[in-house]
Amino acid sequence: MLLALLVLLLVAIALSAPTALHAWRERRLRTGGGRRSSAVHERLDPGRERRAEQRARELLRSCVSEHDWGIYRDLGFIRVAGRRGSPSAGVEAPDYAYLVYPHKPIVAYVPSSGRVLNEYCVEFPDLSDAVSSSRLPASDDVLAKWMALTGDEDRVLRSANMHLPGRQLDPARVRRDLWRLREWEGRNGSQSAASSQQ
Amino acid sequence: MKPGFGEVLLAEGDPRVREEEERLVEEFRRQLDEGMWAAVPTREERGGRREAQMVRDYGEVPPDADRVIFFPRASGGR
Repeated sequence: MLLALLVLLLVAIALSAPTALHAWRERRLRTGGGRRSSAVHERLDPGRERRAEQRARELLRSCVSEHDWGIYRDLGFIRVAGRRGSPSAGVEAPDYAYLVYPHKPIVAYVPSSGRVLNEYCVEFPDLSDAVSSSRLPASDDVLAKWMALTGDEDRVLRSANMHLPGRQLDPARVRRDLWRLREWEGRNGSQSAASSQQ
Repeated sequence: MKPGFGEVLLAEGDPRVREEEERLVEEFRRQLDEGMWAAVPTREERGGRREAQMVRDYGEVPPDADRVIFFPRASGGR
């Protein structure tokens, strides 16, 4: 009899364990203290990243030209004329230019031939929280690269890791994007390298 | 620009008003001390070319600038 009761008790515990564990986890999420709790709640806000990206797009739009904004809106990247070596080189026909993708390497290429030169791997890590894995919204990442390239090209390239083409971005994709860019400018009006930044 | 959040307003004020300018300078220094880069989006009067001017000191901010954007400094990515 005692043995039967013991077995029943064990079966009851085994059956109720998953429910109890779930309830304990729920309670921990609701009342857990400090940093961990807030991190959980941050993860549970599905609209935060979307709102951040929306603000980032507005900020980017307010900084770049209508032409460049149109390229980004329709194609998902932006072009920046290179001016290294000659401050005025980007004004007319640049010897080289960059394609700036969100959260991807900056790609240097030759506009006249379409030849891809290098990939510059650069990121803008969160300095305020060493354990945070959060990153800039996509459009903020593009804007940061655009500001760094147009404001101090040498400085950002010194900070970057340079690699041969194809390390992260498929050269075929880059060539296709350059073709899409030409097509886009064919439809929407081309700009010289100088005015690509207007 | 704050990772995970995007654009965050840090401070605003009229630099012609002394107290407000002091607040702007203080925030500017605090951001640079935290390792941020600062840039002012500009528009060329002739031609209207858009670009950014990187600033390392409050005194470098153009007098007619309506905003300074701080963003995490670049580092080599993978």
